[in-house]
Amino acid sequence: MQSFVTLPERIWYYTFRVICALVLLFLVLPILVIVPLSFNSSEFLLYPLTGFSLRWYQDFFHSPEWMNSLKNSAIVAPSATVVATLLGTMAAVGLTRARFRGKALLMGVLISPMVVPVVILGVASYLFFAPLGLTSGYGLLIMTHAALGVPFVIITVSATLQGFNTNLLRAASSLGSTPLHAFFRITLPLIAPGVVSGALFAFGTSFDEVVVTLFLAGPEQTTLPRQMFSGIRENISPTIAAVATILIAISVCMLLALEFLRGRAEKLRSSLPGA
Amino acid sequence: MSDMSPAVLLTNTGVPMKAQLRRIERVSQLKSLALILPLLLFLIVTFMLPIAAMLRQSVSNPEVVRVMPATLQALKHWNGKTMPDEATSRALLSDLTRAGGDGYALAAAGKRLNMEIAGYRSLVMKTVRHLPEERAAPSARAALLTVDDRWGDPAYWHAIARNASPTTPFYLLASLDHNVNDQGEVVHSEPDRAIYLDVFARTFGMSLVVTLVCVLLGFPVAYLLATLPTRKSNLLMILVLLPFWTSVLVRVAAWIVLLQSGGLINSALIGLGLTREPLELVFNRTGVYISMVHILLPFMILPIYSVMRGISPSYMRAAISLGSHPILSFWRVYFPQTVAGLAAGGLLVFILSIGYYITPALLGGPKDQMVSYFVAFYTNTTVNWGMATSLGTLLLLATLILYAVYNRLIGANRLQLG
Amino acid sequence: MTFNAPKWLALSCLIPLAAHAATDLTLISFGGSNKDAQVKAYYGPFQKTSGVHLVTGEYNGEMAKIKAMVEAGNIGWDVVEVETPELIRGCDEGLFEKLDWSQIGNKKDFVPAAVSQCGAGIFVWSTALTYNAAKLKGTPTGWKDFWDLKKFPGKRGLRKGAKYTLEFALLADGVKPADVYKVLATKAGVDRAFKKLDQIKPAIQWWDAGAQPAQFLASGDVVMSSAYNGRIALAQKDGNKNLKIVWGGSIYDVDSWAIVKGSPKKAEALKYIAFASKPQYQKIYSENIAYGPTNVKALPLLSKAVQADLPTAAANIKNAMALNVQFWVDNGEELEQRFNAWAAK
Repeated sequence: MQSFVTLPERIWYYTFRVICALVLLFLVLPILVIVPLSFNSSEFLLYPLTGFSLRWYQDFFHSPEWMNSLKNSAIVAPSATVVATLLGTMAAVGLTRARFRGKALLMGVLISPMVVPVVILGVASYLFFAPLGLTSGYGLLIMTHAALGVPFVIITVSATLQGFNTNLLRAASSLGSTPLHAFFRITLPLIAPGVVSGALFAFGTSFDEVVVTLFLAGPEQTTLPRQMFSGIRENISPTIAAVATILIAISVCMLLALEFLRGRAEKLRSSLPGA
Repeated sequence: MSDMSPAVLLTNTGVPMKAQLRRIERVSQLKSLALILPLLLFLIVTFMLPIAAMLRQSVSNPEVVRVMPATLQALKHWNGKTMPDEATSRALLSDLTRAGGDGYALAAAGKRLNMEIAGYRSLVMKTVRHLPEERAAPSARAALLTVDDRWGDPAYWHAIARNASPTTPFYLLASLDHNVNDQGEVVHSEPDRAIYLDVFARTFGMSLVVTLVCVLLGFPVAYLLATLPTRKSNLLMILVLLPFWTSVLVRVAAWIVLLQSGGLINSALIGLGLTREPLELVFNRTGVYISMVHILLPFMILPIYSVMRGISPSYMRAAISLGSHPILSFWRVYFPQTVAGLAAGGLLVFILSIGYYITPALLGGPKDQMVSYFVAFYTNTTVNWGMATSLGTLLLLATLILYAVYNRLIGANRLQLG
Repeated sequence: MTFNAPKWLALSCLIPLAAHAATDLTLISFGGSNKDAQVKAYYGPFQKTSGVHLVTGEYNGEMAKIKAMVEAGNIGWDVVEVETPELIRGCDEGLFEKLDWSQIGNKKDFVPAAVSQCGAGIFVWSTALTYNAAKLKGTPTGWKDFWDLKKFPGKRGLRKGAKYTLEFALLADGVKPADVYKVLATKAGVDRAFKKLDQIKPAIQWWDAGAQPAQFLASGDVVMSSAYNGRIALAQKDGNKNLKIVWGGSIYDVDSWAIVKGSPKKAEALKYIAFASKPQYQKIYSENIAYGPTNVKALPLLSKAVQADLPTAAANIKNAMALNVQFWVDNGEELEQRFNAWAAK
């Protein structure tokens, strides 16, 4: 514990702590509030709780609309993740190695899907692809979600590559390994934490995406967030709280996976020679 | 080594070493580019081409040119003060007769002209419907005037003449509350249409408020996280990262539940006797601010935190041990070192804010909507793609300028992701 | 189009991914309890008797998606539920197929507004003044009371849009129902309506979805609201006995089925529309939500209690007015944009 010199300092110390505690409470409050309501027996989203019930989860799992949207999300998000991770990892490896003028600009361009307002991307691809008849089916939705996820993969993979010792590849090559072989045996295991966390970000982006989906998806491709969007607009029912709780559980899993990966990446890097 | 300089180093195959090295380097560079290329092509197709097409659409104006080519040709020689001559009227009639078979093109032209003068759409439709009965009229002018005397008003002909080109600044001007009048001058729009400058100002104003609140709330938390021992700070970090990973829609739903008139916050306030009537906290500006700050706060905390982690505590200690007041030394010694993080977080939060759509749409009233809402409104509700794309173009421009500043100051690859 | 080359590039990259099922009939309607009733009355029985599999979806009446589909010639939706102004405009613009009425039924069996070139009426519905009697002292009788914030303090709900809102404003301003559209056809009349709306603007809570007014009223967020009569009737059935409908000054219209132009399932679509126009199924629909059948032969099949709640009941329609469809076809876009500009200020 610190020793305080003066009373004002002591007051300030505690005020500061209280402010921080309040801000942190503000951050987690919505999550703390909605989870209990999903297990509440009442059909109003109000406290105090009236009794324990799983009926809203039953509602969710028995509703064809919600199940359809769950299925669609389960198709779109993983596919978008695969595309984004593959293209993003390749590009990040290339960007780290390449030296040319305008590299920073190119990097900026490749990361721009992250900052361009999603409404603009939604309207633009809708107006561009709808006349071509491509707005039915999953293809366009997957591709656009992948484009939104790519920047995250580039950022995380580039970050792990910055601590990557290229002498390892030279050593492998001088020992007769082909570049591809060297990539899979040396580069990939070392950057794997970056790739996986990039993939998690890409998955999270697609799994939570609603604006582009509003423009590009037909009723057959409604995703979970899209269904939630109309649910919130129409009528915030406890079923929404149940869906929200399931989504929170998924985010907790992703967060834990990410923390685990971060720990691994740090360990790997510190154990490497020359790092 | 000096004695070796004149000789050229050769590899075992007899190629100069320097050339060989350069060749290897070039091949490796090409390979690197080949790795980037697939993503670049992918983004060109899924991202850049659609946006380029959007920019083009914002000035595209094909409707009237397509349906009324003869009229436009005839109007070139018009004095602009009275109803055009017989030849022009005949041209219009023949244009309309030809277009009558293509309801789609005709409706598009009518819709476009309706944006110039309200009621023009029905005037065009009415004229087309009455065309067959007017075959017997003595002249084309008389025929038009019998159908509707609005044809005698030069304003309606000016509206056609203004659309002689397949590209137009009409939508972009309208997005900035301006339009071109009959005399060809750019003038301020009528007050009941001029809202977009306000909407842009509102968008930037709201984003600024959100950014400032995020700074005020984020800075102390980042400082706490950076100064606590690692184990403790990692634990508290989870409280920042969990909302970051939680679906935006989940959080929006939760805020509605919390803030509505019978919600937890209002019942708490009433229970504590702080207010008798429930406060209006949602479906207005307050609700939008609360949820936007909530969503964007992690984007502020993380960059500041990562900068603060790199600041050695010894500077502060040195300043204090040299007799400087703690607050003064914080302000003079510590704070300047955090500015990079503040700039990174602030710019990022501001850039993300100006494009927000979901939160204002679900938690705000009509007066709290930002530019994105109008882009969506024009796309879906009134199918006015010119307005949608030109508002989108202006919003994109603002975003890209800010993003360029961000790149220049911070570097796109230095974005912090938890 | 100067973007042809890149578009073809885009096309060739994405075409293999755009395949979609071609065997189902896709049917898009307004969601909520209206859709629930349609499921019971039409979708279920139709799938059972015809063997055609239905894919159903919801929308909010935006024409953008339909327009894009027709332009692209790639029709994903087959049958859509539309409000009348959109039906007429879409028919003009070539967005909908012309219907072969001989396959649907005898035109004389339907209320006149339900029969048109591109559409077959589904039901007659009404937008009316509704209120929560528990939150009000006294009984409002019309739109004048809706505007009277002193006599009836509390927030008001209105549908976010120009249609209905402008009519109600003029009714509140003392315009006779028969003259509303005459007044609204002039610039001064529109200004007058907006000026009237300015009076209560701070007290208005806007709604988008049909389910919202009943929720707002039940929770006490608003004390009076415009609402679709069927939703309020359902809320009354669910135990919200305090919600009341004022039929005077209500505006009724028909929702119709239309077939999207170029639908590859035109024959099945027509078969579905004919099925849904039969009195025995319209009866089930009206029993599940209080909207009037368009097939007049369905009326006698309904019980007196159900009939009394329908917009078409003699007592209810007496002081109601019909939506002037032609007016909204001509002025809709302009007024909706002006409304949006007004609301955003």
